[in-house]
Amino acid sequence: MRQLFGLFWSFFKIGLFTFGGGYAMIPLIRREVIDVKGWIAEREFLDLLTLAQSAPGPISLNTSVFVGYKMRGYAGAVASILGVVVPSFAIILLIALFFTDVRDNPVVDAAFKGMRPAVVALIVGPVLSLARGMHRAMYLVIAATALAVWGLGWSPILILIAAAAAGIAWTLFTAKKSAE
Amino acid sequence: MIFWHLFVSYLKIGFFGFGGGYAMLSLIQNEVVVQHRWMTNAEFADIVAVSQITPGPIAINSATYVGYTVGSQAGGTGAGVLGAVIATLAVCLPALTLMLLVTRFFLRLKDNPLIEGAMRGMRPVVIGMIASAALLLIFPHDAAPGERNFIDAWSWVLFAGVFIGSIRKINPILLIVLSAAAGIAIYL
Repeated sequence: MRQLFGLFWSFFKIGLFTFGGGYAMIPLIRREVIDVKGWIAEREFLDLLTLAQSAPGPISLNTSVFVGYKMRGYAGAVASILGVVVPSFAIILLIALFFTDVRDNPVVDAAFKGMRPAVVALIVGPVLSLARGMHRAMYLVIAATALAVWGLGWSPILILIAAAAAGIAWTLFTAKKSAE
Repeated sequence: MIFWHLFVSYLKIGFFGFGGGYAMLSLIQNEVVVQHRWMTNAEFADIVAVSQITPGPIAINSATYVGYTVGSQAGGTGAGVLGAVIATLAVCLPALTLMLLVTRFFLRLKDNPLIEGAMRGMRPVVIGMIASAALLLIFPHDAAPGERNFIDAWSWVLFAGVFIGSIRKINPILLIVLSAAAGIAIYL
């Protein structure tokens, strides 16, 4: 029970102090899980990151499930994931409870008018940095996906499934070719 | 009924949220703005802004916020809290179950060429999805009506400033706070 609470508490702190989510959380998770608690080894952490990135869902959630399960089985996984989720849940719920009251306040309204284009700029940045270094032909896939989802209203889920299938087919095709 | 829709929508978002973070934005936007019209494009941008300056992954933040908004519109504060709990649980369930599976079969999955192939296939599509989320926020169309996010030339100035700032690795929280201050200076 104490160890379960320890898992919850460690991931609660990680959930509370990581702003921006995703990759921003990795250094903090690493410090808590490797340096402070010694729950997993350095090498294992790299494998863990690969897994957390390939499974769907936020990286912090995936990491917490892995570490929790490894330490205390299913109960540990649940304790850890709750630890990550509870801080953001509580903070956003508080904001949501009061946001409707302040929304029409002219100062708040002006602040949001300034933040909206800023948010879009923060989303465009990763598109460019992620696309850099990819094969030229992939730029076409990126552009086609963006236009299909934005302009034609195609389901991003179906496109993801098709892309995974294409990736598997390509792997099988090249494996067969090299076998010949 | 509304709770069931919330549950299914966020279950889908959790299940197909490959790449985490920004990659999930397009899925969230598709469910919440385009399919169900639970909120406008501008409200969606507001949630992303709030997520940037509060801790935690955006998928969780948006689930809690959207769940509360949708629930409270249907039946007051109590229903809002219930909606927040349902949407947040739904978005976590796939991560919990899939990661447990992956962890149990850890070594066998790690170097599987087919899984690697699927990942390679999805990577450019995920980048395209992030781009489409940005496109819809800049150029809304019939599927996402409501107040626009880019209202005048100042919007583009702020966009350019924050873009350059993010490339120079300035802390995104600082950039959001600065643009909020700029918004107050310009529009109040």
